[in-house]
Amino acid sequence: MASDDARKNFLTDGTGLGSWVFSTDHKRIGLMYLALILLMFTAGMTLGFLMRLKLMTPGNTLLSPQTYNAVFTLHGVIMIFLVVIPSIPASFGNIMLPLQIGANDVSFPRLNNFSWWLYVIGAATALVSIFTGSGAPDTGWTFYVPFSSRTTTNVSIAVIAVFILGFSNILTGLNFITTIHRLRAPGLTWRKLPLFVWSLYATAWIQVLATPVLGITALLIFAERVLNMGLFDPTRGGDPLMYQHLFWIYSHPAVYIMILPAMGIVSDIIPVFARKKIFGYGMIAASSLAIAFAGSLVWAHHMFTSGMSDTAVLVFSLLTFIVAVPSAIKVFNWLSTLYKGSIAMEPPLLFTLGFIFMFSIGGLTGLVQGAAGADIHVHDTYFIVGHFHYVIFGGTGLGLFAAMHFWFPKVFGRMYSRGKAYLAFWLLLVGMNVLYFPMLILGLMGMPRRYYDYLPEYASWNMVSTFGSWFVVAGILLMFWNLYQGVRHGEPVGRNPWGAASLEWETASPPPTHNFPTEPVVTHGPYDFTPGTAHD
Amino acid sequence: MAHDSDAHVPHPLSYRLLVGIWAALMVLTALTVAVAQVDLGFLNIVAALGVASVKASLVVFVFMHLKYENRTLKAMVALAFVILAIFIGFTFWDVGLR
Amino acid sequence: MTEMPKDYAAAKMGMWLFLFTEVLLFGGLFLLYAAYRHRYPVDFHNAHLSLDLVLGAANTVVLITSSLTVALAISALQRGRMRHCYLFLGGTVGLALLFLVNKYFEWSAKLHHGIYPGSEHLAHLPKAENLFFGLYFSMTGLHGVHVLVGAVVLSWVMFLIRRGRVTQAEYVTLENAGLYWHLVDLVWIYLFPLFYLIS
Repeated sequence: MASDDARKNFLTDGTGLGSWVFSTDHKRIGLMYLALILLMFTAGMTLGFLMRLKLMTPGNTLLSPQTYNAVFTLHGVIMIFLVVIPSIPASFGNIMLPLQIGANDVSFPRLNNFSWWLYVIGAATALVSIFTGSGAPDTGWTFYVPFSSRTTTNVSIAVIAVFILGFSNILTGLNFITTIHRLRAPGLTWRKLPLFVWSLYATAWIQVLATPVLGITALLIFAERVLNMGLFDPTRGGDPLMYQHLFWIYSHPAVYIMILPAMGIVSDIIPVFARKKIFGYGMIAASSLAIAFAGSLVWAHHMFTSGMSDTAVLVFSLLTFIVAVPSAIKVFNWLSTLYKGSIAMEPPLLFTLGFIFMFSIGGLTGLVQGAAGADIHVHDTYFIVGHFHYVIFGGTGLGLFAAMHFWFPKVFGRMYSRGKAYLAFWLLLVGMNVLYFPMLILGLMGMPRRYYDYLPEYASWNMVSTFGSWFVVAGILLMFWNLYQGVRHGEPVGRNPWGAASLEWETASPPPTHNFPTEPVVTHGPYDFTPGTAHD
Repeated sequence: MAHDSDAHVPHPLSYRLLVGIWAALMVLTALTVAVAQVDLGFLNIVAALGVASVKASLVVFVFMHLKYENRTLKAMVALAFVILAIFIGFTFWDVGLR
Repeated sequence: MTEMPKDYAAAKMGMWLFLFTEVLLFGGLFLLYAAYRHRYPVDFHNAHLSLDLVLGAANTVVLITSSLTVALAISALQRGRMRHCYLFLGGTVGLALLFLVNKYFEWSAKLHHGIYPGSEHLAHLPKAENLFFGLYFSMTGLHGVHVLVGAVVLSWVMFLIRRGRVTQAEYVTLENAGLYWHLVDLVWIYLFPLFYLIS
């Protein structure tokens, strides 16, 4: 392996800022996405931490009401549009997709670089909206009319940022679909694709087909504010509910953009650490597509209490229950894979199990809201906030962290400290539950979301929730520190430290710039842990 | 590396075919303007959108060459239009029945 | 695995996927149109009477013809008939500009009559007529932007052909530009009856 070590890998091939920001190498682009996403995550987390601190006790403390409105809006906008939506596809999707299918890059590498730049420009525009004009947006991340078309805060710039970020997302999806169709290595048939690739494929279709609707919705808000168009203004014949339809036509499928790639990661990690072929490969792959499709049919379940027609409430409630089926199929398949496996409780698997636990709570509480009757009670309460964070932070967040721990040795050729990883995980898992479970209770008690202040009877659970946020922040910081130390001083590892069977582990760690010295020919499936394929 | 389809062979369309399609589009445009002058009630919108869809199909299948593309691409185009139809159609569960 | 060869099928698939995003972008507006027209058929009818059918029909003829010329240009390039190719492409760009000039006259007539988003005049009309004109301006406006972009893209491809970067053998760039142009035509094929012909 001496000659291999001497050869440059993608991290060292080219130095200087220009060789990164103008790179067309999917691995560099993915890493740059990851760095920015984690930076934005830290910013969003700080805002969330501030909110929790404010809500620790009732009354006028810490933040003014207007600041509080801006803080929860920014927390939402940053976390949704800058962190969670791009999170896994843009970072690990970019890094791993070509490696997992044995290609040397995506189909359109320059377009890939361009979409990263669009992300940067979108993020910068979002920052501009905070610090210019007459105040940061205070509408909540949903930009509901008529408030968003009337508020004097800087909503116009913020929706332009959303438009640009959406465009960046679309280009990533377009690139992935084409890559998966065109660049699979010889022998890598659709039935041999790693399940992460399947989940990216399903996600990419949502990105391509749903995101444009968000784009036009953002432009329409801009037109309402700047051109005084009046398309959603009830005093001029418009219907604000039409805004809600357009918004959720994108934003509901968007939660599947958020969760599907994490499910793909879980499906890839579990077999490796159970040393067992994935149970129900076909069903997991099909359920990704089914979730993507069925997830596009349920948007109006966000509008049960809005005054839309009763028929629509009934139909969308029914359809919502249907989406639960493919999600449950996945969970059962994961558990069946673990059953009688030879389990190695390494950090990636631990994060993955955390995902399943949190996602199950998030998913089941989702059904409460999907039932039109129960939703009337919990609508716009902290129950929704709790549910959403269980799914998105407990699900997508832990999925992303699982991926970071799983592919870390592949990307950097080093290992982090396992002990610190375990500690960070438990801090996070306990913290998340202490933070979000009280929200479910508060919601059932009737505490409305987004309010600046609350009644005294909600005080004790709010206090508990705020305690939880401290554990979460500690866990995150410890994890970041541990991974950073791993990058700098971690023990070097070989090409396949986990003994995984998919293609990305067949090349060096870190991979060379063109991924594979010779084009790989695929003869076995991604989960065939037969002797001779596992380990160095 | 690419193995979704065989090597690509150019497939130029004849000038005659293209002009023929153009002539058909022109006739259809005249037709739709003419029909709009007669009051058919609800049928007016059906006729207008029907003719527009015939015109759209001519453009998509011949001018845009979709007729000669592989099945994967055809399926993708179908998917995009099905999703659009769902987005508009399902909204009418609310709009049409409020 | 050295430099990747130009993947014809990937380039084309990518372009189609991009067109889907355009379809869905306009799709949001078509959705609004459908919902509001369903609710206010009478107001929409009254409002549409102030649009100029002749100008609309003329623009339809212009765009359909430009779709023909761009298709002819691709066919010409594939057969190596370069002179034809330039002629057809130039014609397409010319027709695009003609469309925009027509649009300019149409819009300025509207503005002249005090019909523009948020105008005093619209405020005095029945409420739903404001919706009709709001949709009219957003949809034909967004479409107009696409016409302009299409004209720029086609001119750029003409330049690439002249520089020998798009050739008889490597024509996918022109084909993709053509696909984009046809989409612009496709959108108009629906906009025309929805705004000028409904009753």
